[in-house]
Amino acid sequence: RGCSRSTRVLFHEYSIKAAILIQRWYRRYVAHLEMRRRYTWNIFQSIEYAGEQDQLQLSSFFSFMLDNFTHMNGNGPGNKYLISHLLDSVVDPLTEEVRQLKYEQIVVPESYCGPRLSFPLSVTDTNALLSAFKEEQTLHGKYVLQLLYETKKFLKQMPNIIYLSTSYAKEITICGDLHGRLDDLLLIFYKNGLPSAENPYIFNGDFVDRGKKSTEIIIILFAFLLLYPDHMHLNRGNHEDHIMNLRYGFTREVMQKYKTHGREMLQLLQDVFSLLPLATVIDNKVLIVHGGISDKIDLDFLSTVERHKMLLKYVLFHMVIICLIQVVDILWSDPKNQSGCSPNSFRGGGCYFGPDVTQALLQKHGLCLLIRSHECKQEGYELCHNGQVITIFSASNYYEEGSNRGAYVKLGPELVPRFFQYQVSRSTRKLTLHQRVCVAEGSALRALKEKLYAHRSDLMAAFQQYDIDNTGRISTSEWAQVVESVLRLDLPWRTLRPRLARLGADGNVEYESCFEDISPGEPIPPVTPNLAETLYRYRTDLEIIFNIIDKDHSGQISIEEFRQTWKLFSSHLGVAVNDQTIDDMARSIDFNKDGSIDFNEFLEAFRVVHKLVIKEQQQG
Amino acid sequence: MADKYSADTIITETQKRISNAFDVFDHESNKTVDVREIGTIIRSLGCFPSEADLHDIIAELEEEEPTGFVRYEKFLPTMTKILLERKFRPITEDLLLQAFEVLDQQKKGHLEPEELTKYLTQEGEPFTQEEMDEMLSAAVDPDKNVILYKDFFH
Repeated sequence: RGCSRSTRVLFHEYSIKAAILIQRWYRRYVAHLEMRRRYTWNIFQSIEYAGEQDQLQLSSFFSFMLDNFTHMNGNGPGNKYLISHLLDSVVDPLTEEVRQLKYEQIVVPESYCGPRLSFPLSVTDTNALLSAFKEEQTLHGKYVLQLLYETKKFLKQMPNIIYLSTSYAKEITICGDLHGRLDDLLLIFYKNGLPSAENPYIFNGDFVDRGKKSTEIIIILFAFLLLYPDHMHLNRGNHEDHIMNLRYGFTREVMQKYKTHGREMLQLLQDVFSLLPLATVIDNKVLIVHGGISDKIDLDFLSTVERHKMLLKYVLFHMVIICLIQVVDILWSDPKNQSGCSPNSFRGGGCYFGPDVTQALLQKHGLCLLIRSHECKQEGYELCHNGQVITIFSASNYYEEGSNRGAYVKLGPELVPRFFQYQVSRSTRKLTLHQRVCVAEGSALRALKEKLYAHRSDLMAAFQQYDIDNTGRISTSEWAQVVESVLRLDLPWRTLRPRLARLGADGNVEYESCFEDISPGEPIPPVTPNLAETLYRYRTDLEIIFNIIDKDHSGQISIEEFRQTWKLFSSHLGVAVNDQTIDDMARSIDFNKDGSIDFNEFLEAFRVVHKLVIKEQQQG
Repeated sequence: MADKYSADTIITETQKRISNAFDVFDHESNKTVDVREIGTIIRSLGCFPSEADLHDIIAELEEEEPTGFVRYEKFLPTMTKILLERKFRPITEDLLLQAFEVLDQQKKGHLEPEELTKYLTQEGEPFTQEEMDEMLSAAVDPDKNVILYKDFFH
């Protein structure tokens, strides 16, 4: 092409320089994205754990009630309801045979075209279930009841700790949290095969809550459990508990999908969950539990406890029983890297256990490895404590699309773990790194803004303390300090500031701008902004309390019950609300004036709207 | 409010930025980060070091007996110096555009994926296959299957 040799040499030099420039620039661009991805992760995790810490708030409320039991005004039925609701277990009036007959007699209409199970189950049944759920069908209530009933009967004869062996050169597959993500379970079965004699599985707890298909997941898992009792094993997780289900969505899901039989299912589920084994041991060498361990754990002692009595509601009432503490430790603890064993303040239950605690327990029982779940990990799994602890987590995209992979681990007779990762993808076209980061980040930031909104008055009061001249601005340092002291999420606020608040011309933060993007949603009952904020902040706790009062899960409570509950809760929080305001609120919510309140409608009113998202949707 | 422009304030603000960025990667909250994250942290603070630059910095930051972790006490002074001295200045958009234009020998106005791949995986501080794949997935126009580099710039 007529290029002289020197021109070619010169070009070569330039092209190397150009390449280096592009490489340097691109690596910086990727690092920037990685930083965003990482703090997005931190945001999700902080909010999740803070939410679990709110459980402590609820627990202290119940204690408060217990303490004030005798001091409540004589006419008030309020807390008597709650305590009796919570503590009284419903005594089953029907005998086994009668119950079984009752379920058999439930009529399934001809028009129902979903799976029809027959017990004892066969491979035809499990295949039918899998196909049906892939097609988004719902299993008829009759079969769910029968399935749960058979599962309960089966689990009753199981010990607290199950001992397995990898004989016949079989590899055992261990999966972690699924949290209602059916797609992940189906993906695991697709990649790794269905459970069978040649393909044994252990599912390590937290099958339900948060995701939308918890019902389908437990149906599949219990069906395989009954079909292959020697090759399918389920450990209990901290979410296999009535109180957790009230808070984190499983109860709601069941009641929505099964209006007729949901209540009875929930009753059976309470029993089934409490009967799930606590731990599995492979080859007397590998211990598998959902949360972790503590320095109090003794496996021999644990084998003797009456596990079906270990319910979270007793912890909430601070009924301290020695065995209950050990069980809570098994279900709630997290590993840490410093030595020692300390209470798990993040979660509100269980411990943080160090490598020395792991070493001690493994040694005591002649074990070599601990496999646990309970914590979401970006790669789906993580090793710690010098490889003696494996965390395995099987719900991909747990926080948001693209947030993390899921994984499972396989162990053969050599007990060398092999890890397999995957990620469910909603779109067929692969998202670029940038797109994945943006989606997850958007979601995390919205959650963070809601937190800011929920604490608006406290934040404004603190901001204004620094803003003596009332300029509407304070320094970045001051802003970060205030936000951390109020929200206590331990997040890198300076790095996040550009996404949350505006700077003025003088380089200081216009602190009111961090509330700009959020506005209250539907027109709410006439309450002051302060009260609205409080209601918004404690929405979830109120929901739990209402659900406890509403024993038959009808979605309705009486105005009297509403009044009493709210009075108690607000006096516990120290929020001054006069009786008239509560009465007005109650009356205005009682839309059909029949003396009862649909509390789901009530709570719906306290949602918030993200204005930017609305704008995007309108433009989009 | 204190005088924003005093040298002390600038140093304190800088150090707080560094601390925040460090904390994002300090998973165990014990003031250490994995040495493999150092490049990401430095770059996210606005610097554009080359791989060779990073190599030198990391050598400085590691313990005598490398542990795989870098402690905050060592990172802070090194990073403060880098930021205050404005080392590893940003690459401007003009410069980047020129770089692409150099590679576009035939002045087509775009680059073929194979061309770019050849340069970036063989010259300079070569990309790994993963880096190249990721860049192509973001940069290649799906309809025309070329990299319209002029579109990256305003």
